[in-house]
Amino acid sequence: MSPTQWELPPELCCRPMAFVALTGLDVIYNAIHRAIWDAFCANRRADRVPISFKVLPGDHEYPKCRTKRTSYEWYIPKGILKTGWMNKHLNLVPALVVLFYELDWDDPQWKEKQSECATKVEIVRTSLQGRNTKVAVVLIQKKTPLPPGEDVVASERAAALCNACDLSAKSLFVLPHTDHLVGYIIRLENAFYEHAQTYYYNEIRRVKSHKEFLNKTTHQLLFVRHQFKTGFFSELKQDTQNALKYYKTAYSLIHELRAHETNMLEIKTLAGFINYKICRLCFQHNTPLDAIAQFRKHIDLCKKKIGSAELAFEHTAWMSKQFQSFGDLFDEAIKLGLTAIQTQNPGFYYQQAACYAQERKQQAAQLCNHEPSVSFPTLDPSETNTGALDFYGQRQWRQGHQSIDPPDAEKEKQGIHSLQLKEKDVLHSELIIALLSNAVAQFKKYKCPRMKSHLMVQMGEEYYNAKDYTKALKLLDYVMVDYRTERWWTLLTSILGTALKCSYLMGHIKDYITYSLELVGRASTLRDEQKSRIEKNLIRVLMNEVPEPELECDPGSVKAAQVLWSDRVSLASNNEFTVEVQDYVPFIQCKAKFLSPSFHVDEPVQLHVYLKADCPHPVRFAKLGVSLSNSEYNQFCLVDEESCKEKDILETSTQQNMCLVPGKARKYCFKFVAKTEDVGRKIEITHVDLMLGSESGRCVYLNWRGGGGDAASTHEALQASRSFKRRTRVLEQQLDWDAISIQASTMIISRVPRISVQLRHDPPALTNEMYCMTVTIQSEEDTVAKDVSLTAGLKPGQDANLTQMTYVTLNSSEVCDEAHPALLTDISIGELQPGQKIEKKLYIRCVSTGSRIFLFHVSYAMSTTVEGKDITCRCHKDETVTIDTVVPFEVAFKFVSTKFEHLERVCVDVPFLMMTDILSASPWPVHLVSSELQLASNMAAVDEPQSQVEGVVLQTGECASECFSLRCPPVQNGTSTIAAGHYLISWKRKSACSETPVVKTSMILPHVIVETIPLYVHADLPSFGRVRESLPVRYHIENRTGLVQDVDLSVEPSDAFMFSGLKQVRMRILPGTEQEMVYNFYPLMAGYQNLPVLNVNLLRFPNISSQLLRRFLPTRIFIKPQGRNGDASIAAA
Amino acid sequence: MAVCVAVIAKENYPLYIRSVPTQNELKFHYTVHTSLDVVEEKISAVGKAMADQRELYLGLLYPTEDYKVYGYVTNSKVKFVIVVDSSNTSLRDNEIRSMFRKLHNSFTDVMCNPFYNPGDPIQSKVFDSTVSAMMVPSC
Repeated sequence: MSPTQWELPPELCCRPMAFVALTGLDVIYNAIHRAIWDAFCANRRADRVPISFKVLPGDHEYPKCRTKRTSYEWYIPKGILKTGWMNKHLNLVPALVVLFYELDWDDPQWKEKQSECATKVEIVRTSLQGRNTKVAVVLIQKKTPLPPGEDVVASERAAALCNACDLSAKSLFVLPHTDHLVGYIIRLENAFYEHAQTYYYNEIRRVKSHKEFLNKTTHQLLFVRHQFKTGFFSELKQDTQNALKYYKTAYSLIHELRAHETNMLEIKTLAGFINYKICRLCFQHNTPLDAIAQFRKHIDLCKKKIGSAELAFEHTAWMSKQFQSFGDLFDEAIKLGLTAIQTQNPGFYYQQAACYAQERKQQAAQLCNHEPSVSFPTLDPSETNTGALDFYGQRQWRQGHQSIDPPDAEKEKQGIHSLQLKEKDVLHSELIIALLSNAVAQFKKYKCPRMKSHLMVQMGEEYYNAKDYTKALKLLDYVMVDYRTERWWTLLTSILGTALKCSYLMGHIKDYITYSLELVGRASTLRDEQKSRIEKNLIRVLMNEVPEPELECDPGSVKAAQVLWSDRVSLASNNEFTVEVQDYVPFIQCKAKFLSPSFHVDEPVQLHVYLKADCPHPVRFAKLGVSLSNSEYNQFCLVDEESCKEKDILETSTQQNMCLVPGKARKYCFKFVAKTEDVGRKIEITHVDLMLGSESGRCVYLNWRGGGGDAASTHEALQASRSFKRRTRVLEQQLDWDAISIQASTMIISRVPRISVQLRHDPPALTNEMYCMTVTIQSEEDTVAKDVSLTAGLKPGQDANLTQMTYVTLNSSEVCDEAHPALLTDISIGELQPGQKIEKKLYIRCVSTGSRIFLFHVSYAMSTTVEGKDITCRCHKDETVTIDTVVPFEVAFKFVSTKFEHLERVCVDVPFLMMTDILSASPWPVHLVSSELQLASNMAAVDEPQSQVEGVVLQTGECASECFSLRCPPVQNGTSTIAAGHYLISWKRKSACSETPVVKTSMILPHVIVETIPLYVHADLPSFGRVRESLPVRYHIENRTGLVQDVDLSVEPSDAFMFSGLKQVRMRILPGTEQEMVYNFYPLMAGYQNLPVLNVNLLRFPNISSQLLRRFLPTRIFIKPQGRNGDASIAAA
Repeated sequence: MAVCVAVIAKENYPLYIRSVPTQNELKFHYTVHTSLDVVEEKISAVGKAMADQRELYLGLLYPTEDYKVYGYVTNSKVKFVIVVDSSNTSLRDNEIRSMFRKLHNSFTDVMCNPFYNPGDPIQSKVFDSTVSAMMVPSC
């Protein structure tokens, strides 16, 4: 039997479609016929009716129909379903035969053609003798037909043709060969489809009609057969609902059959077929749960129907196939839009299929294990050829036989034996692997990483069984990582065991060593004697010897492997291996640590490496080396035979030193002096190498990246840190392995400076001043400090704006400006003798307020000796200081009239006063050197302004004031705002030494509003009067316009004065001239008295009231009482 | 009755696995390990908000031809897995629940032992006997 015996037949798996035969088409030589045929078969999308078309010659022989049985009384069925039946109805017996014939209605030889057509129809009919197949005729015409009823000739001739061919009018079609071919074809197709439906409907009825003739005792098989057939015809009719119903009945009927050893295979085969159909239809109807339930029922019913024990593998093969085909159906449904879930996906079915395939393999191995030498009589191969079977699932040597006992016991034996021989040739591993890889693909899709890994392990093992060790190793290697990271040591050990066998059989030394390392190690769950065996083998390999074969290996393969290994032994080269053990759990653990996270350059760097072996026997290593990021130090971190002889590191003999006793941690100490170039750099352990074996034989480097540790050590360290055991005391001599933590890197930092840096200054700084800081550097070294340099100024990394607001200089002679930097770098100071002290003055100018951090960095070089080595190292010391900058003083300006009245606006050409108040805000006394007024062009001083605060010293909170008389020249417009200019104050801190430069602080004067007035009035009068003494007063009235002005003047009477002069007058004042009004006041009372009010009214400017003009005039005057004699002195004062 | 009982740490490595000695022990290890896929999925499927009042019993994880695998997750994400024979149809959901409850109680006792370091494999006679009581008696 072929290995594909268990495959489902393709006619079962396809979607049944109505079969329509097309005859009379010459698709090879006739282009028109070709086009028609193409239109039928091209583009058969889902929207077209489901028909399978076939072109057959007109005289095609259809399968003969057997004579119909009139009675079933004496009929005993030979089997359930014939092997050819499905194919017959799918591809051989058409539901409809269509005859294509070229004939136009107006054909000149109509009569002849009509009879020719009739003959052709007759030929087809004869060939379909006994079948219900319909016949239809399609006339291929060149002309487009007229609408029905208009062409009288056509309807006449059509009727005649139907008559001649014995056709119903419904079976005659016209196909005009014009532009719209596809459209016509689709209409034809639909008509054919209807005919086909009718045909299958009749077929179903025909099969059903047999039922009444059947009886339950002899015709049980026929019940199943007929139900299956009706189901199948329903499918052809595209009536899937009914098809499902018939199949379900068929399925329950098949399990009612009497099952015994001889027909078990037939029953199972058919049950499998029907189950397949049911599941397929359920998925198609989008009821996947029904499909799954049906399948479960099917499996439960059939699981125990093993059949012949000698052919048990057949049952498992069949079971495997059941699961596989259900998986396929499920997967197909998913591709069509069904959603599967993690716990219900095709993967499970493939997995189970693989499971049965594995079982099949085992059974086959048991049952087919015949000695090849003993030759059993077997059947002739032609007799066991499956293709020749009449009924599905029957035995070749007793076809059609339905009794309980086999007809010929001897033949039965031979048959079974030949089947067993066949089974022996089946490549089981291939089948299993294919199923497993299907399952892997599914589980990958449904987020089952662990299931996937498990299946991959099974695949790997199957490859191992199939002796494809390379593939096995590839798969096992891939999944090992997962089991290792998840810490499932039992599973890892089992996988490693298989992998070790693979590598042994292939003679892969490196893999062999790697797997051994881990199998001997602490993650392995092997027993000690097994570990011991592997370790001994490992030692053999390291000594370049052939290892003992692994247990449970195929003896033939072992022989081949031994040859491979001895070849390897003789090969001298390529005997050095490096294993990156970081990702494994090797039997030697390693931890390396620097004793401190940082070392000063003038002390030796200390490094400890701890090793511990977990193997059953002590192990010797040949070399231990630490590689550091600066490889120059590597020479100091090495243990090998020679170095041990020289140094004798642990005061023990070399032999002991390089031998690791199981379970005991061992410490190796290294010490070296760091190079001065490495100051500020990190020294990292890049890897630790441990050499096993010998260079002369074969050696393996165990390579730990970083400071050691492996795949399991992180978790162990974590557990140890939680453990209560940690708190218990460990004996001093014994190392507590878990307490050792890895320190894989250390910083080399510069030597501690022995120098003092002191700063002297008076904070806070004042804005703009040259702030003086004195830096005192004193050496406390024992030797000369060379190359001393100072970097001072604003500490980098602060607000970027501060850099533009801060200037630093060493030069005291001038005020520093934008050209100066914020940080002075590398001010060379030269050498400092031990104890010597040096001072530097630094001037800082801060243009804005706020706090700043200043840095003073002193660096120098000096020589020293470490461990007998002279080194020159640079030391440096940093001092930082935060300095606040505050405003030294605040200046307030105000404009007042000559009467010290507050002015909101000033008048053109009328003098006014500007007052400045300087209020000291500095905590230190401020020395005002001078002040200066820089007036703008449209502002003029009345006289030469001189500083009135020169040399004034202001204490905190004190205020200095100045007053300047100013006047505005005429402006263009009536009113405008103008800038007044700047005010400069030159000052310094009182406490500052004489060399500190004076700084100038400039302030912008406030803007003033200037307005032009048409009339200006001012008065000339003495500063005081005396009771009963004449007081001459002169009013000047000035016309500032370009027009003649009429002015009304009047003086109001007052109680305090008598006066002479014009009391009320109207006058004219010419442009630009001034009128003088003279009065003589005669005071009557002493004290401050209000002067008589002068009212001025301009006729042209009624809005300029006398009120407005009055502000230019004095309102009061002090009147002294009438004095006694000698009062003149008072008057003078 | 169970054929295999397992306790899995939060980080998904085994703390305790015991199976009936009559059958392939390795197979049970694989079964328990693969069932963690479903456990993880079930835990993550429960929304974060619901995490507090989450049902500890996860129910049937997945059925195989031969075994049924049930899961249970404690609040500290330690998983219990119980495998029973598929042929054992008499076993009700309630009985499985009560087995898990017993297991949880016994596990809590183990955790209360001051000498037990959480995360280490469980080596407790009391726990052993609790598990033995649940297992199919091996004969």
